[in-house]
Amino acid sequence: MEYQNTLTTCIYCGCGCSMYVETIDGRITGVWPDKTNQISGGRLCIKGWNVTGFVGHPDRLKNPLLRKEGKLVEVTWDEALSQVAEKLSGIKRESGADSIGLMTSAKCTNEENYLMNKFARAVLGTNNIDHCARL
Amino acid sequence: MIAAIREAVAERLGSCDGVVALRRRNGGVAPHLFQKGDELAEMELSPRYPLMTVVSRLHKAFPAIRLGVVARGCDERAYVEMAKRNQIDPTRLEIIGFACTAEEAQACYCREPSPKHPVAGTPPAPGPPNPLVAKYDSLPLEERRSFWKKQFSKCIKCYGCRNICPECFCEACAMEDMAWVEPGLLAPPFPTFHLIRAMHMASRCVACRECEHTCPAYIPLTVLYDLMRRDIADLLGYIPGADIEAQQPLSLSLEQAPLKK
Repeated sequence: MEYQNTLTTCIYCGCGCSMYVETIDGRITGVWPDKTNQISGGRLCIKGWNVTGFVGHPDRLKNPLLRKEGKLVEVTWDEALSQVAEKLSGIKRESGADSIGLMTSAKCTNEENYLMNKFARAVLGTNNIDHCARL
Repeated sequence: MIAAIREAVAERLGSCDGVVALRRRNGGVAPHLFQKGDELAEMELSPRYPLMTVVSRLHKAFPAIRLGVVARGCDERAYVEMAKRNQIDPTRLEIIGFACTAEEAQACYCREPSPKHPVAGTPPAPGPPNPLVAKYDSLPLEERRSFWKKQFSKCIKCYGCRNICPECFCEACAMEDMAWVEPGLLAPPFPTFHLIRAMHMASRCVACRECEHTCPAYIPLTVLYDLMRRDIADLLGYIPGADIEAQQPLSLSLEQAPLKK
């Protein structure tokens, strides 16, 4: 019998509403707004209240998919990343780095988004980067 | 006061599988299930969370456990109505009640700021009635309509009022039923969206005021629910949360529970 409320921040936009994810025996059972937080003050929008919806959703991808002969098939991370590296290097070589653009996600951490920004500018050499939370 | 409650919780942990209360950790306060060996120094009494909803979820997940809960007056009232609707098993719950402070009673406009048998705190005088209700009562009919139209137009349809409410536990919610609420509209259809909930709160709302506190649009929802409570008291003589033996009037026939007006 394990009941936990884990303090976290809503991942859907940049406001930073604070919330607790409630779990019973490790399974998510709900979300509580964090009433002690100065930013959100115990209030959430519909996205915050439903922020855990994708965790166990049947549509959620568990492995990378690669299109082979017109069909998406599950592959290993090694194969997916090798393919991405090969294609991006090829595009950069043939058409220049500004032929590549990157879209990052609010569902990543701040640090992951920082890494993506570094990857765009320092590794690929382009400023073409944007983020889905810039609604 | 909290020392006396911690003592009562420590004692209950001998006979119960756990006690639901608030815990401060990582700079925030949230509901927690205290079990044997847990650090009771981390226990807190504020802010309020709907702890009976936590009890209900635990009772449903573990059908044999016996729990304690640290409860305010509003929590105890919520418990009464939840027990009547089979959301909590009263035979597996012990209430460790405490009285709110006079300041809390005033801020909440709480008419009953203490559980029936508090182990700590002296029950304060009831808070004043919600002044917005008197103001609303003085308005002519057409202005009342425009009052709600203006308030409900602020709604961002977050469903927070429903989600935080200890008495909102239906598995299929009419507020998500496309037959009643057309999807994709903001603000949601006036007045059906809010009045569906108000109707369903008849003989359920225990005036904990969680809905109003969690509303990101600052809609004075408790005016609506105070009025609903008043109607149910005047018409059917029923006060939600007051008496665990009293049968909820909406499950009785008009012969069994005749209208008083």
